[in-house]
Amino acid sequence: MSVMQEEAIESPLEPERDITKTRKPLTRNGLVWLRLKRMPRFWIGISVVAFIVLWAFVGPLLYPYGITDRDPLNMGMGPTLLHWFGTNSIGQDIYAQTLSGLQKSLVIGFVAGPAATIIAAIVGSTAGYVGGWVDRIIQWFILLLLVIPAFFLFILLSPLIKGLSWVVLMFYIALFSWMIMAQVVRSQTRSLRNRDFVRAARYMGMPTRTILARHIIPNMASILIIDATLGVVSAIMSETALSYFGFGIQKPDVSLGTLLADGTAAAVTRPWLFVFPAFVLIALLFAISLVGDALRDAIDPTSGMNRD
Amino acid sequence: MTLYIVRRFLNYAILSLIATCMAYVLASVVLDPAARFYGMNPRPPQSSIDASLDAMGVNPDIPVLVRLWTWLTNLFTQFSLGTTVGGAQVTAEIAARSGASLRLLLIGSIIGAIIGVLLGVWGAVRQYRMSDQVVTYASYIVFATPTFVIGVLLMILATQFNNLLGTQVITFTGEYTAGISGSWWDLALDRAIHLLLPTIALVLISAASYSRYQRSVMLDVLGADYIRTARAKGLPRTKALYRHGVRLALIPMSTFFAYSFGTLIAGSAMLEIVFSWRGMGQFQIEAIQKNDINAVAGTALFVAVLYLISSTLSEVLYAALDPRVRS
Repeated sequence: MSVMQEEAIESPLEPERDITKTRKPLTRNGLVWLRLKRMPRFWIGISVVAFIVLWAFVGPLLYPYGITDRDPLNMGMGPTLLHWFGTNSIGQDIYAQTLSGLQKSLVIGFVAGPAATIIAAIVGSTAGYVGGWVDRIIQWFILLLLVIPAFFLFILLSPLIKGLSWVVLMFYIALFSWMIMAQVVRSQTRSLRNRDFVRAARYMGMPTRTILARHIIPNMASILIIDATLGVVSAIMSETALSYFGFGIQKPDVSLGTLLADGTAAAVTRPWLFVFPAFVLIALLFAISLVGDALRDAIDPTSGMNRD
Repeated sequence: MTLYIVRRFLNYAILSLIATCMAYVLASVVLDPAARFYGMNPRPPQSSIDASLDAMGVNPDIPVLVRLWTWLTNLFTQFSLGTTVGGAQVTAEIAARSGASLRLLLIGSIIGAIIGVLLGVWGAVRQYRMSDQVVTYASYIVFATPTFVIGVLLMILATQFNNLLGTQVITFTGEYTAGISGSWWDLALDRAIHLLLPTIALVLISAASYSRYQRSVMLDVLGADYIRTARAKGLPRTKALYRHGVRLALIPMSTFFAYSFGTLIAGSAMLEIVFSWRGMGQFQIEAIQKNDINAVAGTALFVAVLYLISSTLSEVLYAALDPRVRS
């Protein structure tokens, strides 16, 4: 009797010879980066910002004139090889002044913008989570701001910081530009606070502070990042507007706002006093908003406000 | 519908009143009305400083809330907002200056809204086309330019233009040519030319933000089922777009209009200063520089009343566009 031979049957499911490596599951951050990488406006924006930052801090080292140096032989000159952006009526070099003003505006923007976002995150999430009178006060405050424009509040309260250093101005700007974002954070928090993971944390007896820091705020990281980026733009805008109208940076400090203010009087007859600092400012703000905009699209491609 | 609008109006009226009171209190706390006397040489005796502060109702020795109460009673019983540091009535100053400001603000915001809505609809319908991209990036550049920079750049361009033509075609300092005389027609033309550049600037900033908002709302509407239904039942594309699309997309716009009005007021105040207009914006900024509490409070009231009017108008617009509100 022949033992039934086990015949090797060709398996219909022949394992593939060359195993294709499965890609690692994409994390959320990886996905955002992948989208961001493909956006030309992100690369344009980020490289212009990087260039301007580098230029503002390295440029003055490679240039012979300081901001207060006077060149009595070339007063009120247009742009030349000697003075790249021209000189003002007392012979000061506009290129040197522009870079110095740019430094100050950059520092103020990059500190005050994110600082305002941090305040907004703390205040907004507290108001949304705790509710009650904190919530009501913040709601009223934001409503009142719709009646009295923020710019008026800025200049009305500016006597408080008169004569103080420009570092104070930086925090002053942060202190008065968080309100709208706090409103957004607040409404996001309202929707998060009854989610299961937040509830679980609450029933475990976690203190409110920890719940906010560990569960609520990290869940809004994306909108906060976007706001911090665009906040840089609005902080620089506030600084230049305040300084331009004489309520912000005071002499002898130079910022783009004071520089533009100085250039305005002669802007029509000697345009270079105004046009060069203005274009640097516009390029900077435009580049930062491109980055912020690309970030928003990468983080939330379905966002209604911005589909480009 | 009337009841709805009346209710909203009362709501805004209370809000405006509170905001004005808040501005009064803030101005009283922050500004030092006696500062200008201390700078005088010789310094006037304390008694006369006090007398003059009392006459203005800004003496810091009296509690802020008492002063606020006096200010409010004067406002509601005598329609008086007190006097400026120069001795003029604040109401008279506002009457003299508000015309120029309102002219700029009204013309600028209306033209800006119309252009913005048209550009937004156009951009949404032609999404991702060349024209849409151009409008999008142009509006980003406008967003990235501070209002006063737009003003000064326009002045530089206008000067170049005048030089090119060899005559002074576009005049832009002040709201009219000083000492001009002539027929009514000449005066009106002169004011219109002075209005040109600030209006262009205001139109640019308002059209940029309205067009972005209108575009995104319109895109939401274009994806909605009722547009597909309208097309499926045989309505031509343009008719479906304009009868069912634009009308619906305008509803959220009416709210956005009121919301962005504050930004426009601030923007036009900056432009007034840039173009050296004797308007409300200049009045307000000078008032803060001169520690003039009554004038600051008066301008705050002016802005609050503008807010009241614009929000009520936008509610009326909302109710007119959205039948659900009316019932």
